[in-house]
Amino acid sequence: MAGPKYPGFDTLALHAGQSPDPVTGSRAVPVYQTTSYVFRDSEHAASLFNMERAGHVYSRISNPTVAVLEERVAALEGGVGAIATASGQAALHLAVATLLSAGEHIVASNSLYGGSHNLLGYTLKRFGIETTFVSPRDPENFRKAMRPSTRLLFGETLGNPGLDVLDIPSIAGIAHEAGVPLLVDATFTTPYLMQHFELGADLLFHSATKFLGGHGVAIAGVLVDSGRFDWEASGKFATLTAPYEGFHGMDFEEESGTRAFLLRARREGLRDFGACMAPMTAFHILQGIETLHLRMPRHVENTRKVVQFLSSHPSVQAVTYPELPQHPDHALAKKLLPHGCGAVFPFELKGGRAAGRKFIESLRVFSHLANVGDAKSLVIHPATTTHYRMTDADLAKSGITAGTVRLSIGLEDSADLIEDLDRALKAAARA
Amino acid sequence: MNFSIDNRQAFAYTAAHAFDAGKPTLAFLHGAGLDHSTFGLQSRYFGYHGYNVLALDFPGHGRSEGPPVSTIAAMADWALKAVKGRLSIVGHSMGALVALQCANRAPDRVERVACIGVAYPMKVSEAFLDAARRNDHAAYDMETIWGHAAQAPLSGNPHPGMWMYGDMLARLRRLARGVLYNDLKACNDYRSDFENVKCPVLLVLGKRDVMTPPRSAQPLQEKLKNCTTAYVELSGHSLMAEAPDATLDALVRFFSGT
Repeated sequence: MAGPKYPGFDTLALHAGQSPDPVTGSRAVPVYQTTSYVFRDSEHAASLFNMERAGHVYSRISNPTVAVLEERVAALEGGVGAIATASGQAALHLAVATLLSAGEHIVASNSLYGGSHNLLGYTLKRFGIETTFVSPRDPENFRKAMRPSTRLLFGETLGNPGLDVLDIPSIAGIAHEAGVPLLVDATFTTPYLMQHFELGADLLFHSATKFLGGHGVAIAGVLVDSGRFDWEASGKFATLTAPYEGFHGMDFEEESGTRAFLLRARREGLRDFGACMAPMTAFHILQGIETLHLRMPRHVENTRKVVQFLSSHPSVQAVTYPELPQHPDHALAKKLLPHGCGAVFPFELKGGRAAGRKFIESLRVFSHLANVGDAKSLVIHPATTTHYRMTDADLAKSGITAGTVRLSIGLEDSADLIEDLDRALKAAARA
Repeated sequence: MNFSIDNRQAFAYTAAHAFDAGKPTLAFLHGAGLDHSTFGLQSRYFGYHGYNVLALDFPGHGRSEGPPVSTIAAMADWALKAVKGRLSIVGHSMGALVALQCANRAPDRVERVACIGVAYPMKVSEAFLDAARRNDHAAYDMETIWGHAAQAPLSGNPHPGMWMYGDMLARLRRLARGVLYNDLKACNDYRSDFENVKCPVLLVLGKRDVMTPPRSAQPLQEKLKNCTTAYVELSGHSLMAEAPDATLDALVRFFSGT
């Protein structure tokens, strides 16, 4: 007898989290552009506030449009639920603030987006949460950096800037031995390219601004919990396993078991920090997710063609992409990322800053801006933009050079992309 | 609340209230492979509305120490030890059979019983039992998929931001090996004439339940002397999650006698 079957990824991307609107019949997800919700009576109001009934009270805590997005991403990732936030940075902050208190410690990969590095390395330090950064290339580095106060391991699934492939199974094993969870930034891989929880991650977040949305019209984040980490058994997370005076003495784990992390993140984090998602933003991101399963293969297909072109171009010093045999994580990428290594990668241009500037200014299809994961192809030259004050020696400390160019490959005709790059490379060679 | 039965640690959720001898007591008994938190909203409601609530974790489930108890009759004996004095009971699925067994075993103590998502006999398919016996993940998949209405994965969750399938799978993955099989076998094997059940019994049945379809509760409706039924539209077997308000409303009406 054949067992029951789960809906496929493509079906979930289109349907999870939403029924046609029962009042209007609207098939698309309606935008519930409202701050608040009418109570049926005083008893109903009290029950909602005291978590005796499910429902919406105030859109900073939950909103029907945002809830569809949260449930859909949770379904695609295989989590117990999700919380949508104002940005990816807000999602990272919400995760850390829900779990850690002053005096506690994080071990993080040093291959991180600059914003995450700033939050962990500087801002949270002011609030008593310290982070030790380690190279993710050897998972044992995480173990060596752990302290008795360590409460979280963190890394990007594809690190910045060298596309280090995070060895999630090994690092999760180290985390779990120590009774702490592994949080990953899954922005570059999306649930289409990697099943993060199946590999061992406990929590993840996306900058939904990037591939989930894909259209570059909305800043958004989403934090997802696998529900697999046993906070009670760990004994290290009083925020989830001890009565909390700030929420009527609630012990979140006792109250809700597998939902404890999300319950506190929503009931405290969204309530107090307030970095919630606007309903219109959720609507925009949902439009993107409905085609995620169609866009990601095309992103990867175009990227492979561009990587191949650049790898043999005389003006290019080197291309960094885990599918290339010379990448240090090539074997790991084959194992963890069988559907492709994403669509964002750096390459080294010969000729330094002047060549880089000329290359950027000669492109016609690629857009020069500070974002990735858009349907349109994007480019940035750190040495003349985000890192322009740095010397070559300082750039090297960040893992880049004066000739480093980062591309985010979009969905255009790959021949047009290659032609654009070829023209700009020739112009750069003359600079 | 942690307590001890037969020198083993056990747990009951009390909605953060101390026991008050002046209040009626309501026990909540969970289904196969699950724990007290499946009644999260409903048990909390009664805890804040005049009842001593004890949402139990059966041995080997949630926070209660194993090993699991192997028959419905033994589970009922355990529950009657865990809760002192007179009580009413809300049971879901396996917990509903235990609740009925409690009422049959101790008719002088059990005042009312609400059975959510129940069938009698509670036959479990050989494929499901076999997968659970082998500790195959397919058993968790079966419980998850058959445990919800067919439309559940493609529709909204009343709990904002939560994914029902993911939540159930996460609970099941925390089980020790053999626990789900223990529970399913106990359900499958249980037989009773319910002859001593005299108290009022409410059946709360999901119209889209494929695990315990409403028609399979008919023998109970015939055997139980004081039985009423509330049908819940659009819900499968996980009524507390799929239709939390309708389920709670049915319970409130029943226990308030309205």
